Amino acid sequence: MSVSSLNTDVLDTDVLSTEVLNMSNSNTEALIVDSRLTRRFAALRVENRAALVTYVMAGDPDPETSRELLERLPAAGADIIELGMPFSDPMADGVAIQRAGQRALANGQSLARTLEMARDFRKRDDETPIVLMGYLNPIQRFGEDRFLQAAADAGVDGLILVDLPPEHGASLTAKARDLGLARIPLVAPTTPPERLSALLAQGDGFVYRIAFNGVTGSRRPDIADSLGESLIELKRRSPLPVAVGFGVRDGETAAAVARIADAVVVGSALVERLAESGLEGALGLTRELAESIDGARRGES
Amino acid sequence: MNSMMTDLPDPHGFFGGSSNRGHGDPQRLGYGGRYVAETLMPLIGEIETAYDEARADPVFRARLQELQRDYVGRATPLYFAERLTEHFGGARIYLKREDLNHTGAHKINNALGQALLAQRMGRQRLIAETGAGMHGVAVATVAARLGLPCVIYMGATDIQRQQPNVQRMHLLGAEIVPVHSGTATLKDAMNEALRDWVANVDDTFYIIGTVAGPAPYPRMVRDFQSVIGVETREQLLATQGRLPDTLVACVGGGSNAMGLFHAFLDDDVAMVGVEAAGEGLESGRHAASINGGTPGILHGNRTYLLQDDDGQIRDAHSISAGLDYPGVGPEHAHLHDSGRASYVAVTDDEALEAVALCCRREGILPALESAHALYHAGQLAAAQGPDQVIVVCLSGRGDKDMDTITRQLMPEEAES
Repeated sequence: MSVSSLNTDVLDTDVLSTEVLNMSNSNTEALIVDSRLTRRFAALRVENRAALVTYVMAGDPDPETSRELLERLPAAGADIIELGMPFSDPMADGVAIQRAGQRALANGQSLARTLEMARDFRKRDDETPIVLMGYLNPIQRFGEDRFLQAAADAGVDGLILVDLPPEHGASLTAKARDLGLARIPLVAPTTPPERLSALLAQGDGFVYRIAFNGVTGSRRPDIADSLGESLIELKRRSPLPVAVGFGVRDGETAAAVARIADAVVVGSALVERLAESGLEGALGLTRELAESIDGARRGES
Repeated sequence: MNSMMTDLPDPHGFFGGSSNRGHGDPQRLGYGGRYVAETLMPLIGEIETAYDEARADPVFRARLQELQRDYVGRATPLYFAERLTEHFGGARIYLKREDLNHTGAHKINNALGQALLAQRMGRQRLIAETGAGMHGVAVATVAARLGLPCVIYMGATDIQRQQPNVQRMHLLGAEIVPVHSGTATLKDAMNEALRDWVANVDDTFYIIGTVAGPAPYPRMVRDFQSVIGVETREQLLATQGRLPDTLVACVGGGSNAMGLFHAFLDDDVAMVGVEAAGEGLESGRHAASINGGTPGILHGNRTYLLQDDDGQIRDAHSISAGLDYPGVGPEHAHLHDSGRASYVAVTDDEALEAVALCCRREGILPALESAHALYHAGQLAAAQGPDQVIVVCLSGRGDKDMDTITRQLMPEEAES
């Protein structure tokens, strides 16, 4: 598995800039390191099961509840955890995640506390990958190098940075890779082939395919229908596992996505459930989603 | 003067900084860039290409100039404010009368340019954010003129304090979406417009109202506004045979200031941007991103921002809704760092004082935004001799602010 992660497509000549190309050449070796993410996807492949990736906002609604939720997510069926780093102005997020971030910030969440949560989680669970997701400004304010080092030290496995395109991301990506942090690229329906090359050149861990043009949390039960061809194209271009997110809100949609993708990301629905029915409600939805994904490919074959 | 000033930004949309656009080394980072979600990246690239084609196209330029002249009413006068000059007893004060544009502010210069570009690109739907409502009115106006539907995002707080402009936009046929998220002001309206755009990339063009946002917006908006400085230069040369000594303009995002400054960047002309000090810089309740902020990344560009130690954006405060924004255009950030322009801050009370003075001595009701620049220009003029020439950008008229002004300056009338 680890060797198959070597991304030969990064040598495509149609990348956006020589800067990107040079960076990817010099860091190709970083792609073959063994990691929690590669181990988790390898194990799931053996089981013929898609991963359930659960997004929760760090510190939502308060530090204690958030900490407990994080700790209990793996037992409820989460294979990979995306931990949101709250930001006051999340321009790509819908209402659910906006409110989650505001609740967290109102209760004193900060980037330092988010890193601390990840570190505490890692002490108890050395298997479940944690990916931090958020926006660039809090990281810049914290100090980019300091943040990357702290994330690596805390046992974080990867980063999803919504507002850092490959045009500006080469340096951060190189530093992240040196520390063993995967830079998970977001690929949109609007992404043309030449941009895809640049994104994949800086990407590792897995590819996050945004299911449709829009913000997080929109209700799109039919997303799996329109994704087939573009996922095949993605798999042709990259050996990385492909996760699909934005718009997956229930077991049925999750199962449909699980049949065609390597991972299913659920965020807003979970965050909303947490706000409405608390910790047990959120864990209940996680179990429901995990069951649907578990049965998805077996039901089909 | 640095003769390269007018050539900025670089091809990556950065003003200043070195060629290494990596992160982690603040010394090497410029301002600007294109920090947006992947869904928007291809579209914004298309806008840049289309804009560069349009500006090189004589047909596009002729159409823009024709509408600027016959529809907007350009050129606007460069007016010698004789009685204000007399009042301060020093430098001669000239007002660039952007308040006399159709819709009453400089905002239409940019709205018209971008709407024509949207039409050229075949985009059928316009969206915009607005703070004071002047940009919203300008976009609603050109949308009506070009026959395109438009949606204006406006903070719920701003809707309360700028009712006349809300009514105007409705009358012009625009849909107004109140924004309740965050602080319910301009920055939140911009977030919401960006969210709309992400969901409607196929047919929508986002007309950003100031010299901020992802590249190419800071450059494109500046270019459409640069007519202000180009005219000022010609007008002063024609009547006085000389260039001004000092330019003064208010800075929220900073589009009227960049519009005035740009034609003079390579000349020996001093430039002062006036930020909103609100209740005073020391009070923490202000909108002075350069004077009271630090560099960071918001709304697609790296620039000075009001933010806390955790990188969360802080609330801005100003009596003028148009300056009530926690960031500033990246070119201003660069002009500040390079020392080419200086940036000062004027309080709510000082701006109100300038409104009253300009009304009484010139018979001109300035917008609260523009009054910040007027106040500082008065201070400068008083300290200079009559051989000096100051040009102030009177960016808009104050009719929209009558409620606020009446309550502050004539509370007895507001109550009756």
